[in-house]
Amino acid sequence: MIPEALHISNGVLNGPVSIAYAVLAAVAIGVCVVNGRRDLEDRLVPMAGLVAAFIFAVQMLNFPVLPGVSGHLLGGALAAILVGPWVGALCVTIVITAQALFFADGGITALGPNITNMGLVSTAVAFGVTVVLLRVLPRTPAGLSISVFVAAVVSVVVASQSFVLQYALGGSTELTGGGLAGVAATMAGTHLLIGVGEGLISAATVATVARVRPDLVYALRGLKTGVAA
Amino acid sequence: MLYREGATPIHRLAPEVKIAATVAITVAMVATPREAFWAFGVYALLVVALAATARIPGPWLVKRSLVETPFVLLALLMPFVGAGERIEWLGLHLSVEGLYGGFNLLVKGTLGVLVSLILAATTTTRDIIVGLDRLRCPHVLTQIATFMLRYLDVLTGEARRMHIARLARGDDPRFLWQVRGFATGVGALFLRAFERGERVYLAMLSRGYTGTLFPQSPGAGVAQWATAATVPLVTAAIAVTATIVT
Repeated sequence: MIPEALHISNGVLNGPVSIAYAVLAAVAIGVCVVNGRRDLEDRLVPMAGLVAAFIFAVQMLNFPVLPGVSGHLLGGALAAILVGPWVGALCVTIVITAQALFFADGGITALGPNITNMGLVSTAVAFGVTVVLLRVLPRTPAGLSISVFVAAVVSVVVASQSFVLQYALGGSTELTGGGLAGVAATMAGTHLLIGVGEGLISAATVATVARVRPDLVYALRGLKTGVAA
Repeated sequence: MLYREGATPIHRLAPEVKIAATVAITVAMVATPREAFWAFGVYALLVVALAATARIPGPWLVKRSLVETPFVLLALLMPFVGAGERIEWLGLHLSVEGLYGGFNLLVKGTLGVLVSLILAATTTTRDIIVGLDRLRCPHVLTQIATFMLRYLDVLTGEARRMHIARLARGDDPRFLWQVRGFATGVGALFLRAFERGERVYLAMLSRGYTGTLFPQSPGAGVAQWATAATVPLVTAAIAVTATIVT
């Protein structure tokens, strides 16, 4: 069994793939910095800091998923929905870098792949899913909660499969065909369970914030909704 | 966090120098071919020497390196799922590729964690952000990171107050039964922390905060960079030798 394995450690991926993902992550962060600066008006600075702190704190809580397997939340969905995809990606990137430098969680040479999975893929997927669902579902508090929940579940599973893709491209050890499929299935299964936990917490948080301070929820901007009622 | 008070030469190095050295050492170790067993032995000695210089006790390092456990399990799985030629050992069919792979993962993962732990034990979190700032990390990132550190205290403070408030009203949160309370409380915790955080931020703005928290200090001089470069250079030399020899 592979417990929560998204903070990839050193030596899991080979050199070329690690470097390619580091370049990809650096370029994407550059784009986020440029676009995020536009979003970062006065109100969003403390919000971004708090979202980062919240995700940082939440990532330290490990909860049992299956016997012997524990997972923690990723927070990508929460970040993307509350502060938008650009600043959200920056928040998660900071948390992952901080985990690696403050706690040695996640290898330094695997920062590129880690940031890609959790910072970029999960926030982008979560934001995309939320935007689509918010337009499709009824604009009620329940509709918002369901959108956030689904977005969180999907984002976590997609992020875990992004790791499987990285491993298929450049895992340091060649696996038998069945081995890789096994890793993919195990990752999808455990992360589906982690995703449910993530979805519940994200939905509860966003629903409360939307009820009291709808102005703070980025994903609701520009939507005429009854969510705030 | 993991910072350990101290005044050793490693503690005294400027943070940007330490971050750069940590990255360089880790990259060199990971780039070493996995067949060069001797090189990893030398790296282990280097790490022990660094830990001794920084006065970090062994048990502390071992305990903190448990974050790596998931990958140890992955490493143990490798000989069973690896591809290619198989050997028989104690009745088990093990993949040769998988055995190398497992060793690779175990040794590089462990060394990487230990090097990062030495950085974390000798540098405060604030200093790490100062170091990233001096290494030309985009300003938006260091700014959010600084707020993150400040708000962590706000967040834990609010969480403690809410917990005490619940106890005072006769709630008895235990392991599983507190899940419901946690789920309903988490949104409120976020909002309370945000509203406090917003007040802190407005107070900072009204006192002249412009977005730069760290006064422009000169940072590390040539001497510091030269001292700190010794370990990465030794590591790189070993990595190059190992690549040529194997």
